[in-house]
Amino acid sequence: MSLLFFLYFACVIVVTSVLVVALRNPVYSALALLIMFFHVAGLYVTLHAEFLAAVQIIVYAGAILVLYLFVVMLLNVKRDERYHVQAPAAAFLGLVLFTEIVLLAFQRTYQTGAAGPPEVESAGNTETIGEVLYSTYLFPFEIASLILLVAMIGAIILAKKTLAEPRQP
Amino acid sequence: MTVPISYYLVLSAIVFLTGLVGVLIRRNIIIILLSVELMLNATNINFVAFSHHFHNVTGQVFVFFALTVAAAEVAVGLAIIIALYRSKASINVDDFQLLKW
Repeated sequence: MSLLFFLYFACVIVVTSVLVVALRNPVYSALALLIMFFHVAGLYVTLHAEFLAAVQIIVYAGAILVLYLFVVMLLNVKRDERYHVQAPAAAFLGLVLFTEIVLLAFQRTYQTGAAGPPEVESAGNTETIGEVLYSTYLFPFEIASLILLVAMIGAIILAKKTLAEPRQP
Repeated sequence: MTVPISYYLVLSAIVFLTGLVGVLIRRNIIIILLSVELMLNATNINFVAFSHHFHNVTGQVFVFFALTVAAAEVAVGLAIIIALYRSKASINVDDFQLLKW
């Protein structure tokens, strides 16, 4: 049964991610990415990561993708007429890396239950993540907030400077 | 019946390489950033699959940090795209060759 769910989610994820790259219109690409985000969230639910599934939908589908669509509408971009000239080289590189990863993935066996104390099923998923996040990973958590602050200031400065320039003369 | 971990690895490899090929073959900068999102999602799938497999919640915490970095990357990247569009009225990567050898 879980294999059935995995196959459904995996098929939709693969098809939509290929569509993101292949479609000519950026709006359609963004909408394909939206479907892909929802199905990745479904995959997280089957992996007992319910909190991450919720965060995936809220942050990725709710915030990041809306930002993309906003910029696509703002710039009024045209369709791509053709792909880049290095497309054959890119396809070859992708094929070689894919064979390598598949060979590696099926060669090794991963043993269970080796590491760390925090068990996933010991409490509610959100509770466990919160405990680990605010004890073991407190410092990286603070660094992450710093990264967000820097990104916010950087985005404001990058977008503002060019806006002010044409009004100078 | 549980799903073997190698299935998740292959799924994430396909998504990651789709993103990689997308970065290389598209000319539109917005699609290139969307392809980077694909790659980040592929690594997140790997993290969560291994977190489930090893019964260890640390992988999910790292997905959290990857999400933060993705949000920051989108904000700065889209600001750069808007700045580029204002200066050259184009978002085709072939039009920006100032730093190219």
